[in-house]
Amino acid sequence: MPYRAEKPPLAETPEQLRARIPGWGADLDPADRPSYPRERTDLPTGAHWDFPERQPEPYPRERSIEHTQLPPVFGTAQPLQGAAGAIRRYAYDRFSEGRAAHWLLLIAADRVESTTEHLKSFATTRPDNPITETGILSEPRRHPIASRRGRVDVRHQVLDPLIVAGPWIAGGLAAVAVLRRVLR
Amino acid sequence: MRAMVYRGPYKVRVEEKDVPRIEHPNDAIVKVVRAAICGSDLHLYHGMMPDTRIGHTFGHEFIGVVEQVGSSVQNLQVGDRVMVPFNIYCGTCFFCARGLYSNCHNVNPNATAVGGIYGYSHTTGGYDGGQAQYVRVPFADVGPQKIPDWLDDEDALLMTDALSTGYFGAQLADIREGDTVAVLGAGPVGLFAARSAWLMGAGRVVVIDQLDYRLEKAKEFAYAETRNYAEYDDIVVEMKYATDGLGFDRVIEAVGAEADGNLIQHVTAAKLKLQGGSPVALNWAIDGVRKGGTVSVMGAYGPIFSAVKFGDAMNKGLTLRMNQAPVARQWPRLLEHIRNGYLKPSDIVTHRIPLEHIAEGYHMMSSKLDGMIKPVIIPDED
Ligand SMILES: NC(=O)c1ccc[n+]([C@@H]2O[C@H](COP(=O)([O-])OP(=O)(O)OC[C@H]3O[C@@H](n4cnc5c(N)ncnc54)[C@H](O)[C@@H]3O)[C@@H](O)[C@H]2O)c1
Ligand SMILES: [Zn+2]
Ligand SMILES: [Zn+2]
Repeated sequence: MPYRAEKPPLAETPEQLRARIPGWGADLDPADRPSYPRERTDLPTGAHWDFPERQPEPYPRERSIEHTQLPPVFGTAQPLQGAAGAIRRYAYDRFSEGRAAHWLLLIAADRVESTTEHLKSFATTRPDNPITETGILSEPRRHPIASRRGRVDVRHQVLDPLIVAGPWIAGGLAAVAVLRRVLR
Repeated sequence: MRAMVYRGPYKVRVEEKDVPRIEHPNDAIVKVVRAAICGSDLHLYHGMMPDTRIGHTFGHEFIGVVEQVGSSVQNLQVGDRVMVPFNIYCGTCFFCARGLYSNCHNVNPNATAVGGIYGYSHTTGGYDGGQAQYVRVPFADVGPQKIPDWLDDEDALLMTDALSTGYFGAQLADIREGDTVAVLGAGPVGLFAARSAWLMGAGRVVVIDQLDYRLEKAKEFAYAETRNYAEYDDIVVEMKYATDGLGFDRVIEAVGAEADGNLIQHVTAAKLKLQGGSPVALNWAIDGVRKGGTVSVMGAYGPIFSAVKFGDAMNKGLTLRMNQAPVARQWPRLLEHIRNGYLKPSDIVTHRIPLEHIAEGYHMMSSKLDGMIKPVIIPDED
C-alpha cells in the first residue's frame, strides 16, 4: 500500500524465481550489463582509423543543414529525382530537423512520389498491381476471421483498403466530373 | 538480384535490382542467408516514416555470407558467415567513441538526430536493406561479427535486432532485485524484454497486449503474467490495482508508433500521419509506473510531435530512458546467456517465408494474422 512505507510483498522469493526461471538474476550486478553505464570509452570497435576515409560523392548528396559537413559514409539508394526530389531537396536545404516544415514537406513528397511512380508504372511492362502488392491474397489461407476475433484494432483495419484505394476512387470521381462538364 | 521494394503505403513487391557495389574501402557485400521482418518495418510499410522512397529495399535484421570486401577490410574475409547489427556506425565519431553506436554521426547525411540503419528510409541514411539477395554493409570491420559455429542461424538472426533490443530495453529500465516490471507489447521486442527482465533480477513481470496468442507466448517463453488490455475498461487502473495501488517500479514500452487502445490516437498517427506516432502505450507506461519509477522506451516513433502526457511524467518524477539499441554492444554477454541455456531466441519464430512471397508476409505481420510473431525471410531456397 503506497499510503505506508513498506513495499507490497512479492508472491515468490528470489530462490523460487531462480528455480523456476532459467538465468534469473544472472545480470543482477549492473556491472555485468553491457549497456551500463550508457557511455563508455573502453569498448573495442574494430575501427582502425581516427576518421574514416571519405566515400566518393557521385551526385550532390542532400543533407540536413544541421550537418556542418557531408558525413564520410552515406547511402546511395534512390537518389533524388522528379517533383518529389525537388520537394525533398527544398526540405533539406531550407529547414532544420527542428522545424515541423522539414518533416511535413518530406511526408508530402512521399505522397507525391507514390502517386507519380504509381502512374508511371502503367507505362512500363510491370504496372503496379494492388492485389499482389498488398499481399491480401494470403488472407483466405491465413484464418482471416479467427485471427481477428475479439481484437480492438479491427475497428481501424477497415481503413487500410481505403488508404490504398481511396486516392483512386477520388481520382476516378474527379475524372468523371470533369468529363461530364466537358461533354455538357 | 531479387530484392523486396517499397511501392507506396501498404504495397511492396519483389523486383530485379543491380547487385550492390563496394562504394567505400571498408564496405563489404554480403549475400543474405536469412532476413526478418521487424515491427519497425511496419512503420515504413504504412508510410509513417518521412522520406521513404519508392524503390527502397527494407530489412535491417539479417545474416549472410561475405561475398566481397573493400580494400581496407581487415576483420572479415570472403566466405565468412556474419551477423550484421541493424545499426550502421563508424566506431570513431564522438558518439561511437562513447559506445553510442546507434547514434553515429558519420553515416547519415539526412538527419543528425538519427543514426544509420539498413533499409530504413532516407531518414536513417538512405541505405538499401537486407530483404534481398545481397546487401552493401558499410564499415565491415566495425559492425558485423562472425557467427560462432555453435550458434544456429535463426538465433544469430535474432541477435541482429529483436533480441538485442529487448535485452537493451530491460537494461534501460534500471531493474533492481525484486522490482515489479510491466512490459507493454508482446511482439518480439516485448517478449525478449520480459525474458531479460528476469535476468536482471525482476521480482514480477507482467506483459500487456491484446493479442491472446502473443500473451500465451509471453507466459510460456517469458514466464510472465499477462493482461489483455482489451478486457479492461482502463488498463492503467488495472496496472495500479495489480500493484496494490503503487504502480510498477519499471515499465518497458515495446509498442511504438502504431499503438492501439485509443482510436483517435491511432488514426491520427498511423492512418492520417498527423503525429509522429500514437503514444497510447507510452502514455499508459507513464501513468502505470510508480512515482519515481523508470520508463524504458523501445517503441519507435517518427520525428514529428506526438501527444505525450509529459505533465504526468514530470509530476511523478519519472526517469524516461530510450534509444535505438546499440546492438553489437549486447553481443558478448548475450552469447554467454544463450550458451548457458538461459534462452533460445528462435523460440519466437513462427513463419518462414520465401522472399518471392514477402508481400504476403508484410500483410500478415501488419494485420497480425495466423498467429504471426516473427517471420523469417528466405532469399534463396537452398
Ligand atoms: N529501439 C530499438 O532499437 C528498436 C528495435 C526494434 C524494434 N523497435 C520498435 O519496437 C516496437 C515493437 O517491435 P516488435 O517487432 O515487437 O513489433 P510488433 O508489431 O510485432 O509488436 C507490437 C505489439 O504491440 C501490441 N500493442 C499495440 N498497441 C498496444 C498497446 N496500447 N499496449 C500494449 N500492446 C500494444 C501489438 O498488439 C503487438 O503485439 C516497434 O515500435 C519497433 O519499431 C525498436
Ligand atoms: Zn527492427
Ligand atoms: Zn560513429
